[in-house]
Amino acid sequence: MYHAIVFLPLLGFLIAGLFGRYIGPRPSEIVTTALLAVAAFLSWIAFFQVGFGSGGGRVQVATWFVSGGMVVDWAFRIDTLTVVMLVVVNTVSTLVHLYSIGYMHEDPHRPRFFAYLSLFTFAMLTLVTADNLVQMFFGWEGVGLASYLLIGFWYKKASANAAAMKAFIVNRVGDFGFALGIFLVFVIFGAVTFDGIFPRVADFQNAKFLFVGIEWNALTLACLLLFMGAMGKSAQFMLHTWLPDAMEGPTPVSALIHAATMVTAGVFMVARLSPIFEYAPSALTVVTVIGGITAFFAATVGLVQNDIKRVIAYSTCSQLGYMFVGLGVGAYGAGVFHLFTHAFFKALLFLGAGSVIHAMHHEQDIRHMGALRRYIPLTAAAMAIGTLALTGFPFTAGYYSKDAIIEAAYASHRPGSDFAFLCVVIAAVFTSFYSWRLFFLTFEGHARWGSHGTDHHPVAHGAHHDHEGVDHNVRSGDAEHAAAADHEHGHHGAHQPHESPLVMLIPLGVLAFGAIAAGFLFHERFIGHDYAHFWKGALFTAPNNHILEEMHHVPAWVVWSPFVAMVIGFVTAFYMYLRRPETAVRLAARHPFLYRFLLNKWYFDELYDLVFVKPAMRLGRFLWRTGDVRLIDGLGPDGISARVLDVTRGAVRLQTGYVYHYAFVMLIGVAAIVTWYLFGGAR
Amino acid sequence: MNYAIPVPALWPALPEILLSVGVLALVLFGAVRGERSAGTVRLATLALLLVTLVVVLAMPNERVVTFSGSFVLDGFAKFMKALTLIASAAALFISGDYFRREGIDRFEYPLLVLLATTGMMVMISAGDLIALYMGLELLSLASYVIAAFHRDDARSTEAGLKYFVLGALSSGMLLYGASLVYGFTGTVQFDVIATVLRGDPGLGAILGLVFVSAGIAFKISAAPFHMWTPDVYEGSPTPVTAFFASAPKIAAMALAVRLFVGAFPNILGEWRQIVIFLAIASMLLGSFAAIGQRNIKRLMAYSSIGNVGYALIGVAAGTVDGIQGVLIYMAIYLVMTLGAFACILGMRRQGVNLEGVDDLSGLARTHPGYAFCLAMMMLSLAGIPPLAGFFSKLYVFAAAVQAGLTALAVIGVVASVIGAYYYLRIVKVMYFDEPTGDFEPLPANIRAVLAVSTAFMLLFWLIPAPLVGAATVAARSLF
Repeated sequence: MYHAIVFLPLLGFLIAGLFGRYIGPRPSEIVTTALLAVAAFLSWIAFFQVGFGSGGGRVQVATWFVSGGMVVDWAFRIDTLTVVMLVVVNTVSTLVHLYSIGYMHEDPHRPRFFAYLSLFTFAMLTLVTADNLVQMFFGWEGVGLASYLLIGFWYKKASANAAAMKAFIVNRVGDFGFALGIFLVFVIFGAVTFDGIFPRVADFQNAKFLFVGIEWNALTLACLLLFMGAMGKSAQFMLHTWLPDAMEGPTPVSALIHAATMVTAGVFMVARLSPIFEYAPSALTVVTVIGGITAFFAATVGLVQNDIKRVIAYSTCSQLGYMFVGLGVGAYGAGVFHLFTHAFFKALLFLGAGSVIHAMHHEQDIRHMGALRRYIPLTAAAMAIGTLALTGFPFTAGYYSKDAIIEAAYASHRPGSDFAFLCVVIAAVFTSFYSWRLFFLTFEGHARWGSHGTDHHPVAHGAHHDHEGVDHNVRSGDAEHAAAADHEHGHHGAHQPHESPLVMLIPLGVLAFGAIAAGFLFHERFIGHDYAHFWKGALFTAPNNHILEEMHHVPAWVVWSPFVAMVIGFVTAFYMYLRRPETAVRLAARHPFLYRFLLNKWYFDELYDLVFVKPAMRLGRFLWRTGDVRLIDGLGPDGISARVLDVTRGAVRLQTGYVYHYAFVMLIGVAAIVTWYLFGGAR
Repeated sequence: MNYAIPVPALWPALPEILLSVGVLALVLFGAVRGERSAGTVRLATLALLLVTLVVVLAMPNERVVTFSGSFVLDGFAKFMKALTLIASAAALFISGDYFRREGIDRFEYPLLVLLATTGMMVMISAGDLIALYMGLELLSLASYVIAAFHRDDARSTEAGLKYFVLGALSSGMLLYGASLVYGFTGTVQFDVIATVLRGDPGLGAILGLVFVSAGIAFKISAAPFHMWTPDVYEGSPTPVTAFFASAPKIAAMALAVRLFVGAFPNILGEWRQIVIFLAIASMLLGSFAAIGQRNIKRLMAYSSIGNVGYALIGVAAGTVDGIQGVLIYMAIYLVMTLGAFACILGMRRQGVNLEGVDDLSGLARTHPGYAFCLAMMMLSLAGIPPLAGFFSKLYVFAAAVQAGLTALAVIGVVASVIGAYYYLRIVKVMYFDEPTGDFEPLPANIRAVLAVSTAFMLLFWLIPAPLVGAATVAARSLF
């Protein structure tokens, strides 16, 4: 069964990828989606078997390589954490596949798109089922590759290519750390399999390791390096810059990869390695602080963004910060639970946003929307549910998981947890604000599109380009004409926004159900009374870690704080965008510096450009122009070929065509040889 | 008074006798039948060459000496004669079409080739300096005439004249050297010279050796005695160039080996210096000067100069392996050259023969098969594995390294890298440039030669044993 779960998406990838051109787009869509649906169905069976029964264990597939004492297998580690991830990945992936059939119906390269989606799913499944760090790294890089391919899916669009490269390169930084972490783990334990590492962690908790001239606690160093990988993949503070740009990819991709699955790989990895992290408290403090900062930082940036997908992207970034706070304070269950619920409501929000974009003919700027609820009521309802779940409205999915993290952050006594608590509570206010701002601007108020906007729209749009530096009109070279034509229609009000087809609404419905019910149904198992019975040791907590117990006994104001935060955010957004729409503009005008600071994402891109990109370009140009072209080429190939040509010219000039010259050369030759013998050669 | 001169054993010279008698008979036939007999004479000549080839192959491998030591038959002679006959026959085979279209299809041409071939056979079997000179002159005189065979064409007559004047000079040098050698050793016979010259040979004999070497170097067109080559190759009718580039080179190289290894084995240290000098000069000149050429026949002239340089590396080694390398090299060189010239003969557009490298532009699109064959020839000449040309170089370089001449081998490798440029340029022109026009379809005989030579280039690495085995036997017979 596990073989089927993991390898059916690979089969789909191979069919659509290799034969998509011959079998056509429609069969490619059907094959990949159907295979994924089977895998998802099997995942749910596995989930109930393992989570509620007693299944689990290890499934050996093959030996990958053996090198000295290092044995790396292809094997599945089946425990509750794995099946939770299987359910998340396969369910969301299936729904996204289904949704894409509708969303991508105009695109001429659908087989390639579906092949990439299935490839991504396969890589993600090898990651979550990994039995050892090397296989996990394989999946880790595989999802990175698929992410690169999908962000750059519209490869004729320069900004998409740039975003794809940015995602790939920023992830290199994290992956470098991850690889070093794996090496260090192998140095410490002499093994890369989890079974070979976890039981022996306690023996090594005081091991030392010399690195960059400083003696470190080996486990702390290993965890920090591994966490660096998680930071890259999960877009944590400082390595987050790629995630908003990744929104250049098609919206279903954003929903699958950049909301529900791949970006949570870092969270999964820390949870999977909880037996190691538990013995590295300093590393956990770093996790907590980074998570808290990310939650706060991304929420602030989300407040002022105008691109519907970017708002959600920053929201994702922020929510990932929440998850790391949960992990960092030792409440692994809470972190993974938030991962689980977040997958539903964030995928829902993204797919809803995709539905809005679809309805608006590829308009993504929420300033040019408004009053859409009347035209696309189902989408609006889905988005409302997603927003409620995200902001933690009581009894929705987010309510259980997010509140659990906030309570755990308060209850924890670890260093940094108070700071993180402060961050996440403030972030909760902001989350509520930007979520409702997005909702109100999109669905409520008066319409700022169509005939109303004919006069000022192009101007505003031009200004918008200046801000973002991204052209959202042109989706791809091939779809350009269609999109442009549609856009014209939009401007002239000839087309009304239209509700999406059924194939796109079904996934919204399923996810909406998940966003409402996932928390209510599963919270007892993930973080409540059935914790031990559900996880069965898949998440390790040290004997002195009682956070799960303590988080249920926090003061009442802590329990209420997220709810209050949510209400404050909602009321503010309601006031600023529905009651008095001009207040927002006035506020921005009154604090221009703060506004620009947030709008420009704390100037991180500019900073990195200055500190890393520009010097790297300068160094590259120096090595290219001076080092390679002038020195190596000049003295090497070019220089030699120039000398060869010189000699050639001389040799050709010798060939005058006059017989007496020729005879002269022959005589010179004889004379030279004779001279040689007379004076040197003949001893 | 006893005038009874013992009649020498004639059978070892049967191939030469066959050819000589055949020439005489065909001259008579041609004279009687006149101009119309050209086709018949060519066919008869081809048949005669093939019969002679069979006779040569039927000869025993043991060393047989006759005509008072002037004529030597051994495995080496057999191998080289076979190659020469094949080269002459093939060059003749692809010539008919060209001469017919140029309007110079006369019956004298095959006969001159036949005479030249007879001279080459004598050279290969030469056992003393007299036979050497006789064979060489027979070859040379025939060559001068066929170089100018297109007598209404200024370039052709110029080529013939230049060849003649410079050839006469080189003959003079050779004779002068031969007289010096005779003067200092008292004999003209190779094996006697070998026994006389040992230890310190003295300056006189060395000077003789230098002059004889210069004469032979002229024939194999080794630098700096190569100056005639580009002009003669360019000016002569293309089939004649093909002949010059193949058969005489093999015969002259055989002569060089015969002379150095047969007559001067005990002063190897001395003549090796000459050969190394010639080899380096030829390889470098062949590589550098060819880069500047736009005319493909001229380019092939420099290519042949370079190739002689590589073959001389094997001679310089002076060992069995070295000579074996030379034999293999010349055999493979022969096939490559004939294939390349078959391609050049095929370069015709609207009845005009083309000789420019640029005329090959885009050949891969208009004649993919043709372009592929020529590309294989060029890549093989450049020494790209697994084509035959790579192995030919490999054998001589390996022999040189074993003989302690590593520096020479390294220079050879460097020169072949430089030389690869102009071969690859032809491939590039054919495959990456825009077509300028279409060639006429290839005649059947050129197709046949192309197919055989391309197959040889491609398959040699699979079945090298027959050639390598024969070359080993031939090389051993000299030591």
